Amino acid sequence: MYTETFSYLPPMTDEQIGKQIAYILRNGWIPAIEFTDRPGPGDHFWTLWKLPLFEATTVDEVMAEVRACREAHPDCFIKIVSYDSRRQGQMLGFIVHRPVQAGLVPA
Amino acid sequence: MNKTYRAGVRPYSELGYWDPSHSPADTDVLCCFRVTPQPGVSPAEAASAVAAESSMGTWTVVWSDLLTNLERYRARCYYLDPVPGQPDQYYAFIAYPLDLFEEGSLPNLASSIVGNVFGFKAVRALRLQDMRIPVAYVKTFQGPPHGVQVERDMLNKYGRPLLGCTIKPKLGLSAKNYGRLVYEALAGGLDFTKDDENINSQPFMRWRDRFAFVMEAVAKAEAETGEAKGHYLNVTAPTMEEIYERCETAKAMGSRIIMLDFLTVGFAAHASLARWCRKNGMLLHLHRAMHAVIDRQKNHGIHWRVLPKWARLVGGDHLHNGTVVGKLESDRVSTIAINDLLREDFVPADPSRGIFFDQHWASLPGIFPVASGGIHVWHMPDLVTIFGDDAVLQFGGGTLGHPWGNRAGATANRVALEAVVQARNEGRDIVAEGRQILEDAARWSPELRAAMDTWREVRFEFQAVDTLDVAQTGDD
Repeated sequence: MYTETFSYLPPMTDEQIGKQIAYILRNGWIPAIEFTDRPGPGDHFWTLWKLPLFEATTVDEVMAEVRACREAHPDCFIKIVSYDSRRQGQMLGFIVHRPVQAGLVPA
Repeated sequence: MNKTYRAGVRPYSELGYWDPSHSPADTDVLCCFRVTPQPGVSPAEAASAVAAESSMGTWTVVWSDLLTNLERYRARCYYLDPVPGQPDQYYAFIAYPLDLFEEGSLPNLASSIVGNVFGFKAVRALRLQDMRIPVAYVKTFQGPPHGVQVERDMLNKYGRPLLGCTIKPKLGLSAKNYGRLVYEALAGGLDFTKDDENINSQPFMRWRDRFAFVMEAVAKAEAETGEAKGHYLNVTAPTMEEIYERCETAKAMGSRIIMLDFLTVGFAAHASLARWCRKNGMLLHLHRAMHAVIDRQKNHGIHWRVLPKWARLVGGDHLHNGTVVGKLESDRVSTIAINDLLREDFVPADPSRGIFFDQHWASLPGIFPVASGGIHVWHMPDLVTIFGDDAVLQFGGGTLGHPWGNRAGATANRVALEAVVQARNEGRDIVAEGRQILEDAARWSPELRAAMDTWREVRFEFQAVDTLDVAQTGDD
């Protein structure tokens, strides 16, 4: 199962995830967290974890929400996405958690 | 009225076509031509002749000139500037009143401005360098059927360039074998595969057979990977009726994207298809065969930067542009400036980049530039730097020439791309550290390792023919 940018790289460590979140914040984009148990090319709307993190200014704030989402939905795919309100669209998005038991993790 | 009809031939420059005091209106179409006058013809007269013949003038005064308002409809050359280092050539800036053109008609614009005048005897050579399309005229065109951001939303692909591959050999494969190559490339990690420009419907592979096997391949790759995939089905055909038939079939078979060679089919055919794509939710990939016939010579023809502007007006979601680093001609600065013309909403005049006029696009969607031709994994850091995220990087030989086949070639390209994007986002200098970034990724990706060993920095280092002659002073 491949979905989102970086899906052909090995799963990222939290430190690597933090660097990508820093990139999102540096660009002035709004980070958000989404999850689903059934990803697919036709599914544009995963479930939102709370609202987009409009007020987040630090990597730690975003990572705290990632951890909370992982705890609540360990058997789901979880991704960070980002929104550019000026461009009116989504920017970088990438997986930060995969369901471990599902056997869907690529080698 | 105190007008007098005086028959005879008079210099264009005395008929109001040369007017250095004229200040163009915001609604004028502005053009910068590179004019090479015939020996003995003054630059002002040659430029006036261009203005006259591309607007309302003819070789002699005619009595019916008095029945209209020449002041209102005349194009005017308002500025002349010598081309640096070319003593016999001048940049002529000409303003055309908007009423000279039919709304939303590229054939009309082209027939007027790059029409008869290019064969005119007063000029030895003539090249349209740039064109400012006024917002008032931009707003009469549809533009790209979807544009960069909507395409990303449709495909759910964000934050990186998209990856493609042109299927090779470009002629001679059977439909089933062709579909096999599409399947392998898409399943290996590419976003798109592509018909080549001369794949239409030949005896070895009829179009309907190709469409059927290709769409089976796309569907299978999507199901396996979980990602949206596409194949640019080339619908270029002998007649519009046949083009529409192929489009409808592509849509019925579930294709997300079709392809058209926009110059060889003609501007009206392109416009019709762009509208069909908007109406039918189909992405449109534009190939540019024949462009180099028009744009490669420095002193005659149309500079390439004008054709992408026209393509953005008429509408496409992808358009081929130079690669800078690959096998095909493209000057680096000029190519990057053209990427801006395809994607940005406003591009300021900057003669050092070959852009002579401010261009406002008035929210017309952007087009993905496509880099294609002789590129491979080693080019990835340069390509990401030059093109940024909103581009399609197309590796034909660089996918299919992988020693283990094109599934592995596709994976190698996707891994290289994602490793470079990850490093860039982390704030690393991907050009200076490019080799290390790729070597690190190759330690866990055998597909990338094999690709890197195959194309150990193959380079194509020839000077471009069409380089920029930077003007001393630009003009807006």
